[in-house]
Amino acid sequence: MTDTILSVKNLKKYFEPHQSFAQSIAGSGQKKLIKAIDGISFDIRRGEIFGLIGESGCGKTTTGKLVMKLLEPTSGQMFFNGEDVTHLDKEKLKEYRRKVQMIFQDPYASMNPRFKIKDVLEEPLIIHKVKGTIEERTRMIVKALEEVKLTPPDEFMGRWPHMLSGGQRQRVATARTLILNPMMLVADEPVSMIDLSTRAEILHMMRDVQKELGLSYLYITHDLSTARYFTDRIAVMYLGRIVEIGRADDIIDNPLHPYTQALIEAVPEPATGKIDIIKELPIYGEIPSPANIPQGCRFHTRCPYATDACKNEPEPELTPDGEEHYHACRRAYEIQAERKRKQAV
Amino acid sequence: MNSLLKVENLQMHYFTSKGAVRAIDDLSFELMRGETIGLVGESGCGKTSLGTSILRMPTPPGRYVSGKILVDGVDVIPLPEKEVRRNIRWQKISMVFQGAMNCLTPVYTIGRQMMETLNEHSDLSRSDAESLIAEYLGLVGLSPEIVQRYPHELSGGMKQRAVIATALFLKPEIIILDEPTTALDVIVQAQIINLLKKLKQQFSLSFIFITHDLALEAEISDRICVMYAGKIVELGSNAQIYGTQSPKHPYTERLLAATPRLFKKVEQLQFIPGTPPDLIAPPKGCRFSPRCNKAFDRCFQEEPPLIEIEPGHMSACWLHHRG
Repeated sequence: MTDTILSVKNLKKYFEPHQSFAQSIAGSGQKKLIKAIDGISFDIRRGEIFGLIGESGCGKTTTGKLVMKLLEPTSGQMFFNGEDVTHLDKEKLKEYRRKVQMIFQDPYASMNPRFKIKDVLEEPLIIHKVKGTIEERTRMIVKALEEVKLTPPDEFMGRWPHMLSGGQRQRVATARTLILNPMMLVADEPVSMIDLSTRAEILHMMRDVQKELGLSYLYITHDLSTARYFTDRIAVMYLGRIVEIGRADDIIDNPLHPYTQALIEAVPEPATGKIDIIKELPIYGEIPSPANIPQGCRFHTRCPYATDACKNEPEPELTPDGEEHYHACRRAYEIQAERKRKQAV
Repeated sequence: MNSLLKVENLQMHYFTSKGAVRAIDDLSFELMRGETIGLVGESGCGKTSLGTSILRMPTPPGRYVSGKILVDGVDVIPLPEKEVRRNIRWQKISMVFQGAMNCLTPVYTIGRQMMETLNEHSDLSRSDAESLIAEYLGLVGLSPEIVQRYPHELSGGMKQRAVIATALFLKPEIIILDEPTTALDVIVQAQIINLLKKLKQQFSLSFIFITHDLALEAEISDRICVMYAGKIVELGSNAQIYGTQSPKHPYTERLLAATPRLFKKVEQLQFIPGTPPDLIAPPKGCRFSPRCNKAFDRCFQEEPPLIEIEPGHMSACWLHHRG
């Protein structure tokens, strides 16, 4: 047993764009591949909450789907619990999915409205052919509901999804994953559709469950503020690559990549005195298409610090900065010095 | 600063088969010229209902029950629809609806959809309308050639810019912005907020900015109006809500504590247990009392009035009446 539960090595996922019949017989040049994931590597440790952060279109959801094995990678490798899980046959895949479960973003769409909560929770047991009498299954359902603090469980088992609030639904969604005793959960924006007043409640619950059962989480989000609060380590993604990775506090307090810096500066803080200020964002424009990834450093088109080298030379790899903190920017230290100078003025 | 819009004791209820949902229940406030007022609260507190009510288009089965909406001193509620269309809606007050950028029809070009608004509300000739569209696209930072593009060819931020341009066409004085950045990424959100601030300056606009995000409200709103269950619970200036004095109503206080902050790491993020009340039969007394950790006997019996606790700062809580 190692202390790594999931290890992703140089994973790539390219999509072929749709071509019309006419285009395919005309053979109109080469197809432009959509490079959704363009070589990412990371490890998730046992009992760790690992955050994947970035804007829409950066590939974070595709990464989640690859980890869930809902998509086959184009190349690269994935190891789970020491085993190569890059390509699995049907039997092995089912076994894998039992160990790695997913919580979806939309608690209103992820549950069959014609299933009572009891049925929602029993379904995974049926799909995975978990043997047991009705009493045993009911006991498992009660236990799962108790784990997510939906008490008294008897009362909730007979309810329909529409009778629950968004927060309660997300608890049911979590209970549904727990019923199969998974080792890891993939949570793709689990609280983004939940009211702010109860968001923290769901995150608390997820963390309590994680600690109690020793689970690992892959937490996918665009929200840096909850990520800082909820995760142990963060990987920041941009256009299919990880540009910075490190402990959550290091990433927020000492960001080294200019993209991370821009993300942080864009986050609104509930403090007064900002109404008349036009915020200066250290980033240009919007994210380019993954079908058209810029040459050199893929961030150079939006980076206010980019030089000719960033445009013309090969893309920088992740390089370490002290303990556990890696960044992919060739000018990281110059930029840091420049920012400090600016802040001093 | 003079008053541009005045809402007086407005009641707007949704008449459903289960009973009247009291979505807006005796609510009053005033919007000054050049001011941004923020409406903030949980989902279902009546923020959007208030927005559409001000535009004189409550969503059916919603109907006005009582109260006034004064635009330049004229109550718009009894006006005939034709009059509202010609003189109020889009001329005086326009709105960027929640998720508007996702409601653009996929089968028409952006230009055609913008043209539709102009055809509906103005008598401009085609060429005048086209040049106006080009001008406004420039103002929101888009290139005029996007009129030929379809919505799926644009990013979320670009679509939102186009929707904002459409709201500006007829030079309204007030724009109601309902969650204009909720579906957008933080960087795009910050860019849109910057754009709104610039437009506000340039056209001396007044905004009603609706969001559930207190942190975002701090960036843009001069005054913050906190709503709970169809009522205003606290109304104060940006400094009164976010400054060192901290808000005065327990609901605002707890909503603020539930807002995660990037630079202040806390061990336990706070939350508000329970859910907002059913507005068909709201609880007796203060509507927040069942979820409030400071509630005492009186809170469960009588409804607290919205009173001025310091100049320009209103709050509705029985705590202010205790010594």
